[in-house]
Amino acid sequence: MSEAVIEVRAVRKRFGAHEVLRGVSLTAHQGEVVAIIGASGSGKSTLLRCIPLLEAPDEGEIVIGGERLDPANRHQVERVRATLGFVFQSFNLWPHRTVLGNVIEAPVHVQRRPRGECVAEAEALLAKVGLADKRDAWPNELSGGQQQRAAIARALAMRPRALLFDEPTSALDPELVGEVLRVIRALAEEGRTMLIVTHEMSFAADVSSRAIFLDDGVIAEEGPPGQIFRDPATERCRAFVRRHLERHLGR
Amino acid sequence: MRELDFLGATMLQLLGGVPLTVGLTAGSVAVGAVLALLLALLRANSRPGAALVSAYVFVFRGTPLLLQIFFIYYGAGQFAFVRASVLWPFLREPWCCALLALALNDAAYASEILRGGFAAVPKGAVEAGRAVGMTRLLLLRRVVLPLAIRQALPAYGNELIAMVKSTSLASLVTLMEVTGIAYAIISETYRAIEVFLCAGAIYLVLNFALTRAVAVLEAKLGPAGT
Repeated sequence: MSEAVIEVRAVRKRFGAHEVLRGVSLTAHQGEVVAIIGASGSGKSTLLRCIPLLEAPDEGEIVIGGERLDPANRHQVERVRATLGFVFQSFNLWPHRTVLGNVIEAPVHVQRRPRGECVAEAEALLAKVGLADKRDAWPNELSGGQQQRAAIARALAMRPRALLFDEPTSALDPELVGEVLRVIRALAEEGRTMLIVTHEMSFAADVSSRAIFLDDGVIAEEGPPGQIFRDPATERCRAFVRRHLERHLGR
Repeated sequence: MRELDFLGATMLQLLGGVPLTVGLTAGSVAVGAVLALLLALLRANSRPGAALVSAYVFVFRGTPLLLQIFFIYYGAGQFAFVRASVLWPFLREPWCCALLALALNDAAYASEILRGGFAAVPKGAVEAGRAVGMTRLLLLRRVVLPLAIRQALPAYGNELIAMVKSTSLASLVTLMEVTGIAYAIISETYRAIEVFLCAGAIYLVLNFALTRAVAVLEAKLGPAGT
């Protein structure tokens, strides 16, 4: 198997009295698309946020590209974060910068690449996500779907070695979900390494090379999408997938 | 005709005080802004710091600016150690005393305004900055401060206007800025209405320019809100 890009080893995380992650391990190899599914509160988002240490795990290890992260080493954490693209549920664009300004911000100021080069690359990325004509717009002038596509372009501008999507379509109106999923699907087809936390079951079944069903802070089931989405081994996973596919067909 | 001549001559004399008025404002606002930023950061980052800053704000917001100016101008020289210190050549000057009092007072108000600005910075914008690997300093410089300042700017604009008008109090420690000159002219001519009208017009023009500058800055810093 190819090189492991992201490794999560026996991670535990508690918020107050509630233990959200109870020893989770997973590995994403180069070019893999890993879908993480599970009910609300199962710990999916917390797991994803632990990878760039946006949440610090209480126990366990995060290894990125073979390098073990030390939460106390702020310099290392910042350097490694810059190699991972994170896409948030609520987009989190910088409201005081235009679309182009959002995309070039980190390449120019974190990676310190030449501005001209960053602008050219940003324009290409905006064209790729279908926002070439919005380069000078402010985030608050965009629809949710456009904002999320801009946020994806912003993540890509860092030339990340992996992309982490935290429920990228959950904050969108139903009619805007498709345009964002199309962009993510195109990225999957390019062979990018991606972790996607999502409730879009049919999309996840379609694009992922592996799926993980998280239940109450542990990985309850893991396998190829054909197994997880069509023939789950555990009753919990079966019930969860059925419920979500029904909801999907229902609308 | 003699009326117009008098108004013209008065205006010219008063305009001579504009550099001092503008200088006092610019100086105290510049020092005040740096102090305000330090106070707001101190307040946000440490518990004892927060207590210290709220005590500072309590004192400087709760007492009249005129008292503060008098306190520094008349009070500082009472202490032998002040007269012996390296600061005495500055504290002896009324200009420095007025500027110091104005700056300390401005810092108290501006730090409160900035605190509101910090509180209004969206958490998601900060998180996005952390996620792309920004250092804490870069995050402050590129995300937190611009958003906080943008949010605080309308209120801060009011504070700037208040500062322009507050410089008139410096006339009471012998400084001949616009109001000081107006007093002097009135004590010679007893024509209070005309002279104060002229002085008022000058403050209006100064504040109009300031308001426009703040509006331009607001537009430059991007849309308000999130």
